[in-house]
Amino acid sequence: MFQIRIHGRGGQGVVTATEMLSIAAFMEGKHAQAFPSFGSERMGAPVVAYCRFDDKEIRLREPIQEPDALIIQDTTLMHSVDVFQGLKPDGFILINSTQTFEELGIHDFVAKFPAHHVCAVGATELAMTHVKRPVPNAALLGGFAAISGQLQMDSVARAILEKFPGPIGEANVAAAGAAFDIAART
Amino acid sequence: MHHQIEGSEAVARAVALCRPEVVCAYPITPQTHIVEGVGALVKKGQLTDCEFINVESEFAALSVAIGASAAGARTYTATASQGLLFMAEAVYNAAGLGLPIVMTIGNRAIGAPINIWNDHSDSMSMRDAGWIQLYAETNQEAVDLHIQAFRLAEELSCPVMVCMDGFILTHAYERIDLPSQQEVDAFLPRFEPVQVLDPAHPYSIGAMVGPEAFTEVRYLAHDKQVQALQLIPEIGQVFSEVFGRASGGLIHEYKSDGAETIVVALGSVNGTIKEVIDVMRGDGLAIGSVSICSFRPFPLDELRDALKSAKRVVVIEKNLAPGLGGVLASNVRMALRGATATVYTVIAGLGGRPILMNSLHDVFIAASEDKLTDVQFLDLNQAVVDLELERARTTRHSGPTAESILRQNAKVGE
Repeated sequence: MFQIRIHGRGGQGVVTATEMLSIAAFMEGKHAQAFPSFGSERMGAPVVAYCRFDDKEIRLREPIQEPDALIIQDTTLMHSVDVFQGLKPDGFILINSTQTFEELGIHDFVAKFPAHHVCAVGATELAMTHVKRPVPNAALLGGFAAISGQLQMDSVARAILEKFPGPIGEANVAAAGAAFDIAART
Repeated sequence: MHHQIEGSEAVARAVALCRPEVVCAYPITPQTHIVEGVGALVKKGQLTDCEFINVESEFAALSVAIGASAAGARTYTATASQGLLFMAEAVYNAAGLGLPIVMTIGNRAIGAPINIWNDHSDSMSMRDAGWIQLYAETNQEAVDLHIQAFRLAEELSCPVMVCMDGFILTHAYERIDLPSQQEVDAFLPRFEPVQVLDPAHPYSIGAMVGPEAFTEVRYLAHDKQVQALQLIPEIGQVFSEVFGRASGGLIHEYKSDGAETIVVALGSVNGTIKEVIDVMRGDGLAIGSVSICSFRPFPLDELRDALKSAKRVVVIEKNLAPGLGGVLASNVRMALRGATATVYTVIAGLGGRPILMNSLHDVFIAASEDKLTDVQFLDLNQAVVDLELERARTTRHSGPTAESILRQNAKVGE
């Protein structure tokens, strides 16, 4: 089983991101489960959502305690929420930021993880370029595919298009592709 | 065909496949996506010959459903939590009148304190209203139970609630095998009502009944539930023949044969329980579980038989009967009357508190060593409770409890 936890804020498409991850995994023949941990549903409030996938039926319903991968959509959360809680020692960390880990103040922490497991991508900027809106969720899924190798970029693109058919989906696929390329080079 | 979709969307599509003629809709979290989904299918023309009625309250939703069903229409609605309480009078009336309405409950806690998250307080409050109550373990089962529910309701002329855990199921994306229209049509015959309000052949439904006949009418309501004990497994069997998978029935047993410790629960937590049982079986413990699908009628004989090897039974209960313990545990004790097994009540998952594998593992270990207290509250923060009790003891004007506990939690978080 592979488990992903996404941290972000209300309005950034955190829940939708896990749903698209589960669709991508489903398209690759996996069993997948995505579910939110709703607080009060309001713009800007911290939101956590989960996705787990496996080769067999998933019966477990607990919130993900020890994720294999973390996606952090909003770095301001790192001051108020223990976003790294329970992350496995060989886990993956993808952060939506154009800053370096030194600038983010987490260099010593991320240094404990395998180098190619940790990546920062400016997904909001990519979304502004391609989607014209500051929604980093789809772009980050491209980055996730690149660093984790758990999903094919093609499945991620098809999952985005299933959720958002038409031009909006195409624009998000372009942002995800750009994030994939950046993360793959990192 | 398999889809990766939200539980609510899957249920909406399953309901549409059952060709309801009237759907009454009033939104309440976490059920809203279901009626929204049905509404979208009506608007898109994918569900035809269906009156989708936006009503002004839950009381109206079920009242309109009662009228529609009495007029001979296949009728559906859905609600949760406070919404179910608001329609409570109509809930009893629908059953008392013998109207085969199907209603989804997106299980959610009841306030105060207000809480939008999952537990079983809502459907438990209506457990004795005369409706059949089925609890889904997965979203696949939620889909399958809705299709079975219409057949069951109409064959018995008795309303059916399909209960699915709010958020945990309603908002979860999972792999769902949605049947085709042809398959559902083959399984679910046209609605042939036993009573119809028809101006051409007028009669009344809903007479006042005095002491001379009320007991007999109520006896027949009980008898109908007893008949359902036969019919639910039969319909489950036909379903598995048509759709090629087992779903529904009265109970599901998991590694319970010969088990000394058996866990009993309703709904989605059974998935997590099975994972814990696999771990403990790996460690050599004789433990299994029974998931109760049909809570009303309550399958006393089947449960008693399933628990016959148990030295102890641990009931994981997503509701609280203050002053008693748990409703499900009390019902399980009824099934075990005369047997020697100890029954432990574990109150868990109230108001959306996550039920963790580790917590369940600890409690099952304690139970297997007969070190569990009854009633136990899973992952209760005793320190917070003690502080609050002390504060209330020492301060006459101690103010509201919920706000005080939130303030304490905020202090701990600082």
